[in-house]
Amino acid sequence: MPHSVDYIKRLADKHGRGLESLLPILENVYLDRHIISEDAMVEIARELDVSAAKVFGTATFYSFLETEKCGKYVIRVCKTITCMMHGKNQIIKEIEELLKIKLGETTPDGLFTLKETNCLGHCHKGPAMLINDTPYTELTPEKVREIINQYRVTAQKSAS
Amino acid sequence: MNEQVNLKIDNLSVSVDAGTTILAAARKVNIRIPTLCHHEDLCVAGNCRVCVVEQVGVDRLQPACAIPVSEGMEIHTNTMKVRNARKQIIELLISEHRAECTTCYKNGKCELQQLSNEYIVGENGFIPLVPLKGYTIDEFSPSIIKDDSKCIRCQRCVRTCDQIQSIGALTVAHKGGEMKVSTFFDKPMYEVVCTNCGQCVNRCPTGALTEKTYINDVWKAIDNPDKYVVVQTAPAVRIALGEALDMDPGEIVTGKMVAALRRLGFNAVLDTDWSADLTIIEEGNELLQRLKRVLKDKDPNVKIPMTTSCSPGWIKYIEHTFPDFLEHLSTAKSPQQMFGALAKTFYANKIGVDPASMVSVSVMPCTAKKFEANRPEMHASGYQDVDFVVTTRELAMMIKQAGIDFLSLPDDDFDSIMGESSGASVIFGATGGVMEAALRTVYEVVTGREIPFDGLNVMPVRGMENVREATIKIEGALPEWDFLEGVEVKTCVAHGLSNAKKVMESVKNGASDYHFIEIMACPGGCLGGGGQPLPTSPEIRQKRADAIYREDAGKKIRKSHENPEIVQIYEEFLVEPLGHKSHELLHTSYSPRNRY
Repeated sequence: MPHSVDYIKRLADKHGRGLESLLPILENVYLDRHIISEDAMVEIARELDVSAAKVFGTATFYSFLETEKCGKYVIRVCKTITCMMHGKNQIIKEIEELLKIKLGETTPDGLFTLKETNCLGHCHKGPAMLINDTPYTELTPEKVREIINQYRVTAQKSAS
Repeated sequence: MNEQVNLKIDNLSVSVDAGTTILAAARKVNIRIPTLCHHEDLCVAGNCRVCVVEQVGVDRLQPACAIPVSEGMEIHTNTMKVRNARKQIIELLISEHRAECTTCYKNGKCELQQLSNEYIVGENGFIPLVPLKGYTIDEFSPSIIKDDSKCIRCQRCVRTCDQIQSIGALTVAHKGGEMKVSTFFDKPMYEVVCTNCGQCVNRCPTGALTEKTYINDVWKAIDNPDKYVVVQTAPAVRIALGEALDMDPGEIVTGKMVAALRRLGFNAVLDTDWSADLTIIEEGNELLQRLKRVLKDKDPNVKIPMTTSCSPGWIKYIEHTFPDFLEHLSTAKSPQQMFGALAKTFYANKIGVDPASMVSVSVMPCTAKKFEANRPEMHASGYQDVDFVVTTRELAMMIKQAGIDFLSLPDDDFDSIMGESSGASVIFGATGGVMEAALRTVYEVVTGREIPFDGLNVMPVRGMENVREATIKIEGALPEWDFLEGVEVKTCVAHGLSNAKKVMESVKNGASDYHFIEIMACPGGCLGGGGQPLPTSPEIRQKRADAIYREDAGKKIRKSHENPEIVQIYEEFLVEPLGHKSHELLHTSYSPRNRY
């Protein structure tokens, strides 16, 4: 992992040092590292001459910018009312049992993180979830098992 | 003249400048619209909604603090719809607020409590959410307590920290139901860039941000017959204390304050003004030494401009934000700490008290002074130099607790020694005051003549402008200071840390060529400090400043070096400014701190 000081300097050179560059820089960091760490935020604050708390406030406002270490695959199950009525609680229960983790946790092998998210815009096809950038809709416990299995297989292949 | 706009508020005609808000227009015709997130020192937020009013022809209620007036507007501030909406807004706020009012530190001074009282929020129709949310109470800082369970998220503190102070220690983090006022990664206030200035405490409408109180520690010390309790009072306390005890802003209550402190049971009532005079002697001489080493000896290791070091908020700010510029800070301790170091050495010895049994209390307009007293380097006497710091507000509470009728107290005088002061020390409480006091002494040291301003009033450094500059030309320097002959000494005064930042940036990028800079962390200087009576506004701060300059003008001695008790301590104890004893007791050093 590149050292934050030079790394953030490069990102600031690329995106600019105005306040409007804050979000693009945060997105870029997340894309590269899958986490926006404390020291990265401090360096961003220094480069943009804003307070570190402001960087933290901005990063935590956006659900898709993670400030805590996440797994390779971040599962986000839609928590809003339509998906709720379509049974998202059963979906979450199924994933929790499959992965042996609770909401908000990451599997010990660092593969999966389970989270809830706000509306994904698939209300007509609920319950819905995202794994990284891929949406999955009309979920059933069975479908979820298959999807998770696929990811496990993919991960194994890429590891070997 | 600005364009005038005519409108009607509750059927009263009113004419105001274009751009005025409905709220300000209503005040002009003495209609009070309730507010919470609004504050005169801050930008519009419009997030609490208690100021909603009805506008004829507009369906939705309008926030009066955020909507500018327009020609022909008709506003109703007191309809059933408005009253019901406000009541419901207050109920919703209270449903997320730990409303344990009788045990709250802010009891009686809470703006939410006042509104709740006005709108008679008895039975709350909303489910209390406080028990459901995992709130934190941060009590680690020696200065400020942050209690999230009482926060109504009006963001006055966030705006204060950002706009007035340019620190941004507080931010709004997360969103929706989880949204909260937070520090960087929600760390304790003690660990982040917070300077403890307490400006957020001054503006928090509830008990979410308060000073950490030491009232009970002070009572315990007073009650202990084995302890000798000395108290010092800062310059800005005497011109504001009255406000917290039913007097109008701008009243000078020095004599009553001394009488009250004696009645509270302090063994010796002494004055920070005295050590402010001492600060001028030490800091003034330091300035001259620096100028000598830069201008005459061409020593590249000596840094100018020199900046003042009295304001502990400013000190912590520069340690966090401009760590490369710490050598520009005067090494002179603040008056509070000079006093503390001498109380447990010189004074204890003089009155024959064991310093181990001495308790040193200070009354300050400041919350950062609590942090300063707890800095590990402030043990010059071999003990913690200042044990407890209470604010002006806390002193007022103690006076009330003691059942003292403050208004009827006769005037009393400080004890001696360490009680006499000059007018120069009084003005420490106002922005520009330290500069003026220093100039009165330094000019006279260099030329042997009084500073050439009418009545010793150095008007260019006075006032409330954000940054003020003054140039003093030295003419007729004494032989010892001949290198200063004809030199134009460039000075700069800034108050509020956002202004301090501007000045320091000009120093950093070489845009300025000052010799001496005074910086106070709070708007208006100490008179607008984070421990002063509530509320605060530009108007109130101006009245306090006027009182300070009145007090100065009325003093027999106007210059620090003419204070006989200052002359005495150099003769009896310190020997000379910047001497061996001074370095041991009256000077300090600074260290860089983190960026978050």
